[in-house]
Amino acid sequence: MDEIASLLEPQIPGLRRYAWALLRDDEAADDLVQDTLERAIRYWAQRRRDGDLKAWLFTIQRNLFIDAVRRRKKHGVRVGVEMLEDAPAVTDTPEGHAGMRDILVGLDLLPEEQRSVLLLVGVEDLSYEQAAQVLDVPLGTVMSRLSRARGRLRDFMENGRGAVLRRVK
Amino acid sequence: MTGERPIGEDDLQAFVDGRLEPSRLQTVKVFLESDPVRAQHVAQEIEQREALRARLAFKAQEPIPARLRVASLVAAQRKPHRFHRPAVAAALAWLALGGMLGAAGGLWWGTRQQQGAEQMIVADSAIAAHRIYVGERLHPVEVPGDQETHLVQWLSRRVGRPLFAPNLTTQGYRLIGGRLLPAGGQAAAMFMYENSGGTRLTLYARSSPGEGETAFRFESQDGISAFSWIDNGLSYVVSARAEREQLLPIAETIYHQFETARGPAKGGL
Repeated sequence: MDEIASLLEPQIPGLRRYAWALLRDDEAADDLVQDTLERAIRYWAQRRRDGDLKAWLFTIQRNLFIDAVRRRKKHGVRVGVEMLEDAPAVTDTPEGHAGMRDILVGLDLLPEEQRSVLLLVGVEDLSYEQAAQVLDVPLGTVMSRLSRARGRLRDFMENGRGAVLRRVK
Repeated sequence: MTGERPIGEDDLQAFVDGRLEPSRLQTVKVFLESDPVRAQHVAQEIEQREALRARLAFKAQEPIPARLRVASLVAAQRKPHRFHRPAVAAALAWLALGGMLGAAGGLWWGTRQQQGAEQMIVADSAIAAHRIYVGERLHPVEVPGDQETHLVQWLSRRVGRPLFAPNLTTQGYRLIGGRLLPAGGQAAAMFMYENSGGTRLTLYARSSPGEGETAFRFESQDGISAFSWIDNGLSYVVSARAEREQLLPIAETIYHQFETARGPAKGGL
């Protein structure tokens, strides 16, 4: 067990950050991380010994997230993690730190696959190869998704909230 | 001079991420100097990358909640599960990439002692259930053996693993039915058999995810003998008021039938 703890626990802060960025809810995010860790522990024996632990964990977590979103779409039930794929942060908040808020609003306007690639590469420091594993796409697709995601985010930051809100409506 | 590879969006993204090799970095810098608009875009993207990191940094700096400690999670898994979330397939999709599902001899995190404990708890529950229901005259089973298909489907669904009622006719036992039992927070299945002499035998099965395979373990409580083992994520206990020597071949038969049923897709959880 000590071996598992020493390998898994250093990954927890990053998993929590990625989960929170996807869900934007403290409890739901930690539920998602808990599910991820439980699954990793349960299937510890079957993991690829030569495989990449970080990529494996982020894969589990993203797949759990997507599953939860699909189930929610299918059944229309809101339970725990099954909240918010399309986070409702598009509403205007008159708080300070406007610039910082903007970046999350911009993130929310991207489709999940673009959001995830931005977060995995730009925030969680996964290599492009690791991101390709997590997203289960070829390396070239990671690069073009990253390019599109950053382009859209830049577009949003340039044209401002009003323009984007109009477009969303 | 051999032609240099043209600049691609992959180069520009790697530039934003600061991941270009020095030689390529120089090429990209020269390219951007010649294209001020694109250079400005790249500068903005670098800025936004930093803004996103800064905005999310707090979450990774928080002390992690106690419930996410590996020790807490392992302890919780030792107890019966709260409930089973059906998203295992997601994790397995990735595992399947390695083509190494169920690799023989894989290590597991439990110690042998812990495994023994799990097996012992399951055996205790099975023997207790055997004692209660085998002596029951009117309602030893919930679903009678003539509805075997329904019984097997129902129990498999509740236990969450594909089950079947082993055929023990060569051992002189016929299926008389089965029932669902509570096992902590989860469900256990019990199949009951009877021989021509009226001796009843039960097979108890429940899911034990995360447990490695174990050898047969024998125990005897007040005249009831039981063999238990764990294989492929299921705990099995076969119990009867019989001698060890009589029960062992039956346990082996059951084990082999489940092995065969798993077939060539061995390890396909």
